[in-house]
Amino acid sequence: MQLEAMYQEVILDHYRNPLHKGLREPYEGEAHHVNPTCGDEVTLRVHLAGSGRDARVADVSYDAMGCSISQASASVMSDLIIGKSVQEAMAVGDEFLALMQSRGRDVQPDEDVLEDAIAFAGVSKYPARIKCALLAWMAWKDATARALGETS
Amino acid sequence: MDLLPEELKKDFPLLRRTVRGGRPLVYLDSGATSQKPLRVLDAERGFYERHNAAPHRGAHLLAEEATEAYEQARASIARFIGADPGEIVFTKNATEGINLVAYAMSNAATAGPESERFKIGPGDEVVVSEMEHHANLVPWQELCRRTGATLRWFGLTDEGRLDLDDLDDLVNERTKIVALTHQSNVLGTVPPIKRIAARAREVGALLLLDGAQSVPHQPVDVTDLDADFLVFSGHKMLGPTGIGVLWGRRELLEAMPPFITGGSMIEVVHMEASTFMPPPQRFEAGVPMTAQAVGLGAACDYLAEIGMDRVHAHEEALIAYSLERLTEIPGVRVIGPGTTEARGGAVAFTVEDIHPHDVGQVLDELGVEVRVGHHCAWPICRRFGIPATTRATFYLYNTLADVDALADGVRQAQKFFGTA
Repeated sequence: MQLEAMYQEVILDHYRNPLHKGLREPYEGEAHHVNPTCGDEVTLRVHLAGSGRDARVADVSYDAMGCSISQASASVMSDLIIGKSVQEAMAVGDEFLALMQSRGRDVQPDEDVLEDAIAFAGVSKYPARIKCALLAWMAWKDATARALGETS
Repeated sequence: MDLLPEELKKDFPLLRRTVRGGRPLVYLDSGATSQKPLRVLDAERGFYERHNAAPHRGAHLLAEEATEAYEQARASIARFIGADPGEIVFTKNATEGINLVAYAMSNAATAGPESERFKIGPGDEVVVSEMEHHANLVPWQELCRRTGATLRWFGLTDEGRLDLDDLDDLVNERTKIVALTHQSNVLGTVPPIKRIAARAREVGALLLLDGAQSVPHQPVDVTDLDADFLVFSGHKMLGPTGIGVLWGRRELLEAMPPFITGGSMIEVVHMEASTFMPPPQRFEAGVPMTAQAVGLGAACDYLAEIGMDRVHAHEEALIAYSLERLTEIPGVRVIGPGTTEARGGAVAFTVEDIHPHDVGQVLDELGVEVRVGHHCAWPICRRFGIPATTRATFYLYNTLADVDALADGVRQAQKFFGTA
């Protein structure tokens, strides 16, 4: 059955026991993203140490409502990028985006970069669910841009 | 039980295909769009193969035949809802029909005195309900924003019925139009239209019904409806996409300014200004969706031959059975009326501790295609404090076995996610 390929144990574990969940202070950037087709929502905060692209991601906190894929993705993402520099974290985000856009074809995801996020490879075969997996990542990019003062 | 014969399924070529690893298809998403019988596919193809031309323009043989086919379709559709063909306006879909009326009301501000009835501005009110599809909510929000009118709405009871306690306050002398669903696409609820229509009549308000979910599923006769406007979409009633209908009382259509303007809706055109055709042509600018109208005409004839009372009885049996099969599953909560009384064939539900997206994914894996999300009626989810629902919708080609597949699938989802 394809279901197991999509709902990897790693994903279900993060869904049942999400990491870094809950909104925390301090933070420099916040973003609220919704998936208008299904109503999933995430509010995400970014706390940076330092300035510019060399700043370190000191904390990512979030409050989210949605399916197992979007919840697990927020958990995996925050765990993956906390402690990295903004630049490194953006690179992970780009790798994840490429994986999601692969539609399950011709892609050799870098496991060293993606770590647990590699478990989402199966999701990329379901176009309707890709947005679920990307919701938190998009909110993070947005919140980070705000924290860096790149957008209003 | 008053079920239609299962052979009927054979009329629908798509229902023969398999999905997700060769599984038979169980299609429970007709509320989003219905599948098409051969009869409709043949009608559309036949038009293109033999009669295709632009209707209502040109004088050659094909133009005559295309015009004839287009107007025959209008007559079939009119017969289907007990209307006069002159009161049937073709639109892209129900959404466009609602926008047509909303924009005509905006346009009335600068139209002649014959449009007085449609003029709307500060101090005037528009009434909708909390169970509207976005198509029957957003155009009215926008109309109010453009004109300064006030939007008001009926709330819902916990059972998913319209709360009519403040009917007399909500619908009052300031109300210009009441726009209501004739059957909720999420809850299945069929509101007591006669009571609301009587109040609208009393205060001189217009009444528009969103029939996108009622016309395909229950007998609808506009002479018995007490409404002023009724909109519906062809693709939800076995017809093609891209064709819908706005029915309006003749005297209202005659007094209403146009929404979309251009070719074939005009009478006389000068460089400075133009005059417009009487309805329905006044509201059908541009070369219309002719083959789609022909397809919808064939769909109406097909449904009429089976009989809408039989279609309705068939669906009622399926709803009763699905309510029974779903509510016996621990953790399942049906959102909407728990009985078939004044209720159509949309069954929305939640499954404890499993997000609808995940329920839908397991069902899809089993070949059961349902809708998940807020179903373009987000305020309903807010009203019931839930993020989304899983929704099964039925049509004449569904069977009791389809309901069993749904219920079994929900149990499988619970097993998969370890909640049961």
